[in-house]
Amino acid sequence: MSDEGKRYLFDNPRNVRLVVRALTWVCVLLVVVELAFHRHLAHPWEALFGFYALYGFVACVLLVLLAAEMRKLVMREEDYYAREPGDRRAGDEDV
Amino acid sequence: MFDFWPALPLFLAAILAAVLKGGLRAAVMLGAPLLGAFGLYQLEPGTTVTVALFDLTLTPVRVDKLSLLFGYLFHLAAFIGVLFALHVKDRLHDVAALAYAGSAVGAVFAGDLLTLFVYWELLALTSAVLVFVRRTERALASGMRYLVMQVGSGVLLLVGALIYASANGGDLAFEFIGLDAPGGWLIFLAFGIKSAFPLLHGWLVDAYPESTPTGTVFLSAFTTKVAIYALARGFPGTELLIYIGAVMTCFPIFYAVIENDLRRVLAYSLINQLGFMVVGIGIGTELALNGAVAHAFNDVIFKGLLMMSMGAVLHVTGEIRGSELGGLYKKMPKTAILCMVGAASISAFPLFSGFVSKSMVVVAAIDEGYSFVWMALLFASAGVFHHAGIKIPFFAFFAHDSRFVATAHEPPSNMLIAMTIAAVLCIGIGIFPGFLYSLLPYDTGYSPYDYTHVLTQLQLLAFSALAFAWLKLAGIYPPELKSVNLDSDWFYRRLVPDAVQALLAKLRPIDRELRRGGLALIDWGLRALASHHGRYSILAESRPTGSMVLWVAVLLGISLVAYYL
Repeated sequence: MSDEGKRYLFDNPRNVRLVVRALTWVCVLLVVVELAFHRHLAHPWEALFGFYALYGFVACVLLVLLAAEMRKLVMREEDYYAREPGDRRAGDEDV
Repeated sequence: MFDFWPALPLFLAAILAAVLKGGLRAAVMLGAPLLGAFGLYQLEPGTTVTVALFDLTLTPVRVDKLSLLFGYLFHLAAFIGVLFALHVKDRLHDVAALAYAGSAVGAVFAGDLLTLFVYWELLALTSAVLVFVRRTERALASGMRYLVMQVGSGVLLLVGALIYASANGGDLAFEFIGLDAPGGWLIFLAFGIKSAFPLLHGWLVDAYPESTPTGTVFLSAFTTKVAIYALARGFPGTELLIYIGAVMTCFPIFYAVIENDLRRVLAYSLINQLGFMVVGIGIGTELALNGAVAHAFNDVIFKGLLMMSMGAVLHVTGEIRGSELGGLYKKMPKTAILCMVGAASISAFPLFSGFVSKSMVVVAAIDEGYSFVWMALLFASAGVFHHAGIKIPFFAFFAHDSRFVATAHEPPSNMLIAMTIAAVLCIGIGIFPGFLYSLLPYDTGYSPYDYTHVLTQLQLLAFSALAFAWLKLAGIYPPELKSVNLDSDWFYRRLVPDAVQALLAKLRPIDRELRRGGLALIDWGLRALASHHGRYSILAESRPTGSMVLWVAVLLGISLVAYYL
């Protein structure tokens, strides 16, 4: 292609860092806003300061860590179902 | 205009698509959903059409706010889908797609269970054809498994409906059914298969990603939403649905994180979104039911948009595995942006469509005191942003540069226009939810945009994104790997065939012994026969007639003696 030497937005690692930094600042800002204005509570568990921020972060980290563990249990080679029934290979032991 | 049969324009277009050619064909296919929607616009809620069939009274058409909402939705989905697939030169695909949309419309206007059953099975057949048109061995096998499940759901519905009707004095009307009604469980299970209840969901993640780039867009719109409609009509307020729905929101996101096929990731996220609707139906308050059907409406559009963007990637590159894709934003920036609009909508960002509908279900869960369900829904909300909101665009369009970056380009303009329409709707509904709310069955006066709600949702999403960024930069995030993950379809794709194989292997020695024994028995019998009947053997001897006369005389003599004794 003609655009061999063309540099795109995220080819520059500085721009990637910029995005991550912006995201971090947005997160900080959203927590600070909660300090400034009291939010309306519908459930007692929400009363904890930064409940939603904490929950969102912890939920996603847990999700990824558990999903990674789940791979050991359920992940198989790509052609797993394409093989003849009964044709087993290393790592196929069933759960 | 079409008050005797709202699905007529779509079915007519399906027939015409089989015979017409060129521009006229395209015009008919695009015009049919518009004409059909216009027909719905003229329908008055409360209209019913009844037909007497032998001694049964059927109601092929029943119009109320709920059926109208889904009717509009399916015409909209059909229009966007047809536009997205306009470049496809495959008559079978077009005929199946239009008939599929027509069946969905017919199903939501069905006023009795028998009519519903007919459309239910038509949905199964036409959608299976959409899987078959991929014309690969994999798609054929997957489509067959899909068809068996779908037709099975129809059979359950029919048996349930017959039991239900016979207990009600032959009344087949499709109104509230409930689990306590005779046949209620069977009908519930039939709806549950098509709504992809946990462990009954294998067909969805198995078959949908095996269809063509355009076929999957149709598939993701109709079957499951008809099932949601049917649950909302037949089982609102069934508490069991709350827990089923909560499980549906949570378990698929784990699979979605580790799945490599990006359209299969979207199939898992479809189940996750259905979970929100099922919870809403289970709670059964006006707000919750509104939330469920509003979310079904929005889901068709934003999930369609995401499926379209991944379909565009598959169309252009011929690849859909996250491990092989990446960096496509360089050559497909428009597709990337449209995909991100869909991602923001499914993640329920404020000002996008998912926000205004999902929040109703979440609020209803708190209001009715389902604390743990509410926590599960929050977890699922954070998770959906993680796997559908970030993962899909990230691995397709960003991440590392793939080998497709050099040759990739934007998809055909009809695909781009279809995606743009969906994206505009996502943002439009997000900013002006009043339009959608006016179509909903109940007037609850709910407003999604208040300070607390916007702030908490933004916090949840921003910190979810932060978690992704941190896990990715720290190298903890599991990489995309060429793999398949075992799910409930494993039971019938591997366990049962393997078990049959193993059983046969176990039975083989016994079978061999039995055969050997049988052969030995036959052999022995033959020998015995030969020894008596063979040449020179006792029964084969030829005796003179005189010897017989002699023996008769002896017998007569003996009997004479015996008589006198």
